[in-house]
Amino acid sequence: MTNDALAQVAVTRETPVRSRPGTVARKVWQLGLHAGLRALPWLIVLLLWYLLPATGLVNSALVPTPWQVLVKFYEQLTTNRLWLDMYMSLQRVTLGLACGIILAVPIGFLLGWYRPARMLFDPLVNFFRSLPPIALIPLVIVYFGIDELAKVVMLFYAAFFSGVIVMYEGIVQTNPLFIRVARTLGATDEEIFRRIIVPLALPHVLTALRVALGVSWATLVASELIAAQRGLGAVIQNASNYFQIDTIYAGIICIGLLALLMDRCLRVIAARLLQWQERIVP
Amino acid sequence: MTASPRLVLDTVCKQFEGPSGVLPVVSDVSLTVGEGEFISIIGPSGCGKTTILNMIAGLQRPTSGTLLVDGRPIAGPGADRGVIFQDYGVFPWLTVKDNIAFGLTLRANRIAKSDREQIANRYIELMGLTGFENAYPKTLSGGMKQRVALARAYAIKSSILLMDEPFGALDAQARSAMQNLLLEVLRSEGKTVVLVTHSVEEALYLSTRIVVVTARPARIRTIVDVPFEHPRHEELHRSQRFGELQYELREVVMREYAMQARLRGEDVRASGSPITHREERRA
Ligand SMILES: Nc1ncnc2c1ncn2[C@@H]1O[C@H](COP(=O)(O)OP(=O)(O)OP(=O)(O)O)[C@@H](O)[C@H]1O
Ligand SMILES: [Mg+2]
Repeated sequence: MTNDALAQVAVTRETPVRSRPGTVARKVWQLGLHAGLRALPWLIVLLLWYLLPATGLVNSALVPTPWQVLVKFYEQLTTNRLWLDMYMSLQRVTLGLACGIILAVPIGFLLGWYRPARMLFDPLVNFFRSLPPIALIPLVIVYFGIDELAKVVMLFYAAFFSGVIVMYEGIVQTNPLFIRVARTLGATDEEIFRRIIVPLALPHVLTALRVALGVSWATLVASELIAAQRGLGAVIQNASNYFQIDTIYAGIICIGLLALLMDRCLRVIAARLLQWQERIVP
Repeated sequence: MTASPRLVLDTVCKQFEGPSGVLPVVSDVSLTVGEGEFISIIGPSGCGKTTILNMIAGLQRPTSGTLLVDGRPIAGPGADRGVIFQDYGVFPWLTVKDNIAFGLTLRANRIAKSDREQIANRYIELMGLTGFENAYPKTLSGGMKQRVALARAYAIKSSILLMDEPFGALDAQARSAMQNLLLEVLRSEGKTVVLVTHSVEEALYLSTRIVVVTARPARIRTIVDVPFEHPRHEELHRSQRFGELQYELREVVMREYAMQARLRGEDVRASGSPITHREERRA
């Protein structure tokens, strides 16, 4: 009968779909179109920025042109070692983020997994999460001084609490079906953790990382208000003391671009690791 | 090993606590299943068939009554009872092949890598999944996922199979091919099976006994002995006896389905209660 059954299955056997091989020219055209579409929103912003003073809505003395900012940026880079500020900020964010997430993942997981833990700690987490880091600066200075540690502690704080929330909200929604399937296949608790729970938690870890990354950059300027000599936050601080609006613009754009770049990297990594996920946009 | 039956359900009851009170789902189900038997459970939707299967699988505990496997009380799930779930439970993060081989990589049934490969490849072939070995489940149709779930459960060669509408998503042809494949697997491996189905024809073709259960809460309405000899073949469908039995059984089943429809009209509130899955999660 096996042959019989096989013959019947063969009728319904599906063939995998392969994408049609496109011509090289078509590929290049598509790539170009893609790049153009990506650049479009930036071009629009640039255009608006150029046109804004012309409308008379803002005082043109207070809004430097994109070109002025670019020149300033180059000047800072060459004469004022702006790259060092970028490096310092990047280092602080990475360190605070790494420490925060390393702690947020297991704690978020436990809170999500054990209902009693969640009931116990949820109010606390939400309490501390809502405190604005700037409000904590005096305390951070008292307890951690004004050195590097103090800045990283603030970033750690921000990264940890945003990460914990994302992590445990994700874990709470874990589909128990997969665990039950694994159990009936004979999996031990340890195997279930390693082979089912870890892969299911991975997307949430990556989301937590991305959210915390955004929050960390947002906290950076606040953390560098603590007597920082270098760092993008310090650059902005100093510039505001001397009313150098173009430098302020350059600093802000730097922060935005670095954050964007890091987020891009995380997204590429996530897409690699989570190929299996169903997405609205493929 | 004495001659104790493979599976015993003794006055098993199960009720769920919902926001609108206690919902009795399974009521006084007693059943003894011998080695090599094939039991089908037929009953209207929402009557408690999956709940019965879950209790045998060890995923849920009965509110009262006992369940025994080989004379021992069921303490939890295990690889001796393979389950094919109604909603497949195909792991989305693993490819088709890794899904099928998953059970074989666990300590409980670990075998050499080459054997694992061979078994997985054989089932990919048998299930008509050739060309999809490395595809992720998101690219599969419902019927294909169901076949992956079937292969994954067959691969670990558990001596008891619990199947919850395992062919529900398949077209008529694939369905009959899968029924024949199942018969073939049983013939070569000698399993004991409990199958939940809505198809009287399927139940008659595969089972040694058919248990018809009532509308919720599930009670045993009747147990029908299926008189056909093994091995069974396609031609059985065309025999006169098969047709008669099918007709009789359908009458009985239809009555229960009608009853369920009437019940549903009465207790909209109870059936509207949201189902929480919290309970099994920590079970
Ligand atoms: N965990 C749960 N908590 C509360 N109620 C539940 C739970 N699981 C099932 N039920 C209820 O028990 C009843 C029987 O469910 P079950 O899944 O066993 O039905 P079924 O016979 O398998 O139906 P179908 O044929 O549609 O699959 C349903 O009314 C359902 O709402
Ligand atoms: Mg069911």
